[in-house]
Amino acid sequence: MDINYTPEELAFRDEVRSFLDNKLPKDIASKVKNGQHLGKDDTVRWQKILNEQGWMAMHWPVEHGGTGWSPIQKHIFEEECAEYGAPTVLPFGVNMVAPVIIKFGTEEQKQTYLPKILNSDVWWCQGYSEPGAGSDLAGLKTKAVREGDHYIVNGQKTWTTLGQHADWIFCLVRTDPNAKKQEGISFLLIDMETPGITVRPLITLDGEHEVNEVFFDDVKVPVENLVGEENKGWTCAKYLLTFERTGIAGVGQSKAALKHLKTVARQVQQNGKPLIEDPLFRNRLADVEMELMALEMTNLRTVAAAQAGGVPGAESSFLKIMGTELRQEITDLFRRAAGPYAQPFLPESFEADYDGESVGPDFANTVSAKYFNMRKLSIFGGSNEIQKNIIAKMILGL
Amino acid sequence: MDFKLNDEQRMLEETVGRLVRDGYPFDAREKARTSELGYSTQMWQQFAELGLLGVPFAEDFGGFNGGGPELMVVAEGFGRGLVLEPYLATVVLSGTLIDALGNDAQKESLISAIVGGELRLALAAYEPEGRYDHTHVATQAEKQGDSYVISGRKAVVLHGDSADKLVVIARTGGETRGREGLSAFVVDADASGVSRRGYETIDGLRAAEIHFDNASGELLGEEGGAADALEASLALGIVALCAEAAGAMEVACDQTLAYIKERQQFGVAIGKFQALQHRMVEMRMELEKARSMTILAACSLDAAPQVRAKRLAAAKAIIGKSGRKVAEEAIQLHGGMGMMEETAVSHYAKRIVMIDHQLGDLGYHMQMLESLLDVDEDAA
Repeated sequence: MDINYTPEELAFRDEVRSFLDNKLPKDIASKVKNGQHLGKDDTVRWQKILNEQGWMAMHWPVEHGGTGWSPIQKHIFEEECAEYGAPTVLPFGVNMVAPVIIKFGTEEQKQTYLPKILNSDVWWCQGYSEPGAGSDLAGLKTKAVREGDHYIVNGQKTWTTLGQHADWIFCLVRTDPNAKKQEGISFLLIDMETPGITVRPLITLDGEHEVNEVFFDDVKVPVENLVGEENKGWTCAKYLLTFERTGIAGVGQSKAALKHLKTVARQVQQNGKPLIEDPLFRNRLADVEMELMALEMTNLRTVAAAQAGGVPGAESSFLKIMGTELRQEITDLFRRAAGPYAQPFLPESFEADYDGESVGPDFANTVSAKYFNMRKLSIFGGSNEIQKNIIAKMILGL
Repeated sequence: MDFKLNDEQRMLEETVGRLVRDGYPFDAREKARTSELGYSTQMWQQFAELGLLGVPFAEDFGGFNGGGPELMVVAEGFGRGLVLEPYLATVVLSGTLIDALGNDAQKESLISAIVGGELRLALAAYEPEGRYDHTHVATQAEKQGDSYVISGRKAVVLHGDSADKLVVIARTGGETRGREGLSAFVVDADASGVSRRGYETIDGLRAAEIHFDNASGELLGEEGGAADALEASLALGIVALCAEAAGAMEVACDQTLAYIKERQQFGVAIGKFQALQHRMVEMRMELEKARSMTILAACSLDAAPQVRAKRLAAAKAIIGKSGRKVAEEAIQLHGGMGMMEETAVSHYAKRIVMIDHQLGDLGYHMQMLESLLDVDEDAA
């Protein structure tokens, strides 16, 4: 039993660090660290750098351009990226639709889509949720009717993250309205340029435009865009849900955020002393610190089990709940650190080129927006309550 | 990075596991708990025969030369069976202190006797006014000829009621609170000047308030130089308590899960109710945290002093926090049955909660952690 990295693992960490030192653009890292907006250009620029290095597709098989990394190497890479302020790789292409295409797609589909995903030439978004199908995803109603060489798609998707930038969308659609819920669903790839598609922004409570509604009105989709068999789309969806999610605990992000929080709490004064010396605040910091240590060790145990050949299944549900609650707790402490200056709302200050004057301390500009934005963590990707249902069923046998 | 046990550790785990399964059914434990001594001397002899009493000691004394992970494996197994015998008091707290401080002759006679099962010890360190602060020592020791005389009071000395000898922390210099001037002594438990008031603790163990009035003691190590070794033994004690708690929490979770699958109300097993399912999931999540922090503590005994201190404080604090949740939920989900003395889970709940009152509670260790917030470290 040894909780330390082996010399080989440490050498890999050095390699990752040296890559990040040399190749991560400073302007992008600065935006990430200051909680400022990342544009589409920033994300694409970084992902192309990763691809040049051959490090874009951690989870793909080597023959398709994957890294061939072990679970521990993947963990090290994600940890270091978070520490350095590298943008999170957008999952929709490389980590969501691509594994489905690799597993269920035709040779032609692989050749058509994978290289462009690898090089971030195409921006993908996810068409799963609908107004009437959230946690109960299989209740989706968007329908695709076969007419000759095409499907005609009608319906509505929602919560489509960054769909405003997307070139393509992968969708779950109902192809057999008479089958049982899960059995009449298919997995379709749809070009966002196709006539009949309308994207409308949804503005979230922090004033952000991250998510969208996507409407389909007699959209013609070639049948060769079907992945896997017709009416077997639920198999693809389930495969994605159990697909390896090493970063789900967000340990790296929480560590970086906690470090930043401590720096802030040393600068802010309360009752003539740094806030970090306030007994109540310090107590909550200590609580986050110890919970983060417990999360990190639990995450490492899961990573090590995967390394030993175990398949991370419902364990990732534990990590999702623990990790998201902790990240939310840290955003709560940032808000408290800002004190009354948590109130001013200056969305323009979220842009990196903002040169206006802050109302309060610089760090306070984004804290409340971020706090409200991060409420999403316990809702998306299967709400934390759904995660508990999964654990109850899969692990506890209830 | 590797979380697997090695072959020797796995053998140790199997040995303890078998012993607890075969020798520690609930009714046997109840019989031992309610006996005059409060545990079984036969069981203690079995520990000796299986080599468990030598886990942290050198092979020269018949020991196993084990470190944190080995101790963790043993204590976790003991936690699963709610073992009553004075292992923590004798082997982990007192034995390792003698091992660290004693001269060759002292070690030869005392450690060998511990390993052979012939000597039971208790560590008399904490005091009535000191709560969880091991540096709060008002007990005084004065040199008289070749030996020392000790006067003072020691509080809630775990298994101090039945120990053959006591390892006593007394002051040979310095102020009442402080690391300087702490010395360790071996005192015969029935020596003149030692009076003990033994009692049962709520979790079924035994302890004593001990009054020393010019009792004669034999110095261990250098006069005034016991603090480092004492803290190392307390650190081992924290690892053992964390592991014991994790073992007991595992059983509390397992028993609760079995109960809600079996207990019928409104025509179905109560485990079908989502309100209870989610509470059960939360218990399991707390158990995972406890296991994780136990591993971290067990693997950190040789880390840099501040890193060790920070990790141990965090581990014991998590055990206090998570343990309370598991214990309370175990009772709650058992309903009225959880309130019964005849239900095993109530005994697990009591032990888990009382572990928070040994070697520093949640508040104490969170304050410790607060004082170490600036210590930067990486768990991996």
